[in-house]
Amino acid sequence: MNAMTETIAPPDILKEWIGKELSYATTFDHALYHEVTQFLSREARLQDTHEYDAWESLWTDDGLYWVPANGTDTDPEREMSFIYDNRSRIALRIRQLKTGRRHSQTPPSQLARIIANVELLNSDSSDIGVACNSQIFETNLRGDTMWAARCIYRLRRVQGELKMAYKKVVLVNNNKAIYTVSFLI
Amino acid sequence: METSRRTQWDDLIQPGMVHGSLYYDEMIFKEEVDKIWFTTWVYVGHESEVPNKNDFVTKSIGPMPVLMVRNRKGDIDLLLNRCPHRGNAVCVQEKGNRTSFTCPYHSWTFANDGTLMNYAFPEGYNGADKSKLGLSKVPRVASYRGFVFASMATEGPTLAEHLGGAARTLDQACDNSPTGELDLSAGFLHHRTRANWKFILENECDGYHPGFVHSSIFSVADSAIGSLYGADAVAITRGFGNGHTEVDPRPEFRRRDKPMSWFGTTADKLPDYVAQMNASYGEQRARQIMIDGMPHVMIFPNLFIAEIQIFVIQPVSATESIQHVTAIQFKDSPEINRRLRQQTMGSVGPAGFLLADDTEMYERNQRGLEIRDPEYLYLKRGEHRERRDEDGYLIGHSTDDLPSREIWKHYRSLMEAR
Repeated sequence: MNAMTETIAPPDILKEWIGKELSYATTFDHALYHEVTQFLSREARLQDTHEYDAWESLWTDDGLYWVPANGTDTDPEREMSFIYDNRSRIALRIRQLKTGRRHSQTPPSQLARIIANVELLNSDSSDIGVACNSQIFETNLRGDTMWAARCIYRLRRVQGELKMAYKKVVLVNNNKAIYTVSFLI
Repeated sequence: METSRRTQWDDLIQPGMVHGSLYYDEMIFKEEVDKIWFTTWVYVGHESEVPNKNDFVTKSIGPMPVLMVRNRKGDIDLLLNRCPHRGNAVCVQEKGNRTSFTCPYHSWTFANDGTLMNYAFPEGYNGADKSKLGLSKVPRVASYRGFVFASMATEGPTLAEHLGGAARTLDQACDNSPTGELDLSAGFLHHRTRANWKFILENECDGYHPGFVHSSIFSVADSAIGSLYGADAVAITRGFGNGHTEVDPRPEFRRRDKPMSWFGTTADKLPDYVAQMNASYGEQRARQIMIDGMPHVMIFPNLFIAEIQIFVIQPVSATESIQHVTAIQFKDSPEINRRLRQQTMGSVGPAGFLLADDTEMYERNQRGLEIRDPEYLYLKRGEHRERRDEDGYLIGHSTDDLPSREIWKHYRSLMEAR
């Protein structure tokens, strides 16, 4: 085997930044893909336009909303995350926003986000794994901010409709000092 | 010159009034870096962040990064991450475990106590003295109960003299741990804000704002914080001197006389922790500790202990700062630690139920100073009811501006020093 064809493992520092490898689906279910992208677009719109109740209703009863800090595959049961909300804390987050006295969202951030690079993941359970990127433009009293994230979803069909059981948002600058992010990311 | 300096500070800092330029003038900021951040004791990190020999983590002193290292001998060194050759960084990882650091530019290699071990092609240096070409080290490093402080000044007050009576609050924090030790190893959230660092400092023991800034979360979550900061509250503010200030809610918790009330819970919800406390301190002492709870103290200029969180305040420029925050955990107390982490993640950081809104206030304050009339900020609340406690420290009502006045008093003494 010569040097050109030898398989070389990536350096550790790459794993640190990219995280563990995901298992991408190799077969393509057009109908499911279409349904998933429609769901992601709807979720993005509800976040951009602050339709809090409608967004909350996308969650399953055991939903988990996770925005890690300082890496991709940190252990949220041991390390700090920006957001690590179980279903009741998601509800609390929404209730706070709806008071109208969540000052960092009064006036609300004006948002436009693009969800792209959607790929279906292989899944051990009946949940549908999805990977995508999101890029969000925010403008508020402070000024304009760009956010970029790699996201992982686990979607579940509940009474015929897709729901979110899990959403992980890995901000690509999550190891740095970031401005307040109190809109729904 | 001396007279004009005195006149300048007389003008900028008056009783209960401070000039707006103190928060936005970049020349004043440069002077603060020299006279405060690179002179006095500042908090750097905690020993539990580098538990093993050769562990390191990137920290800061003012705007400057430093490497906090537990060296090969097990001692803590603070190294300046600048190769003496051309200024390159010898380490670009935020944390890790290494016995040496090699500059990527010309391969100069340093031991993790800063000593220059080797440079490439040494014959070109013709016997230059390697002992003078090591990484610079922060001249004074001292720990108190695991909290590592540093001073860039080779001489000055000791850490004990700097902390003074505020050391009690660090003892109080450690006493809440059954082992007497805290664990700050959960990793920091780094929250950037476009505001001067002193707005953050002054907010930390400002008991006037919570009922308003945080009414959104208080109104939807069961929170007892509001009762500490009402007009009828018996909680007090205290100035320890040297710019250290606290909100002391112990009078309120002692009135309630219920262990763990400070944490918004009851002893029966944390049986393992309570058993650990009783075993460590005896039932009577443990009960008192669990009634008094954790401190709420701002150690000048950058260490804020907010009951169950620690914030490290970092100035970036006159108008930009970073709040580094993590959960305080009690060493070897997994039951309560999970709740300490969960509650921290909900409350603080860029998405926190509390801190997102505090930080919004800092930024609005900062922008407000673009409006140049009035020229001064007004910090006179409670001036008429300041009094001394049995230790001689100034105390006031929990909603008074006493902490701000105490901070500015010390600030002025540092800035006036030659």
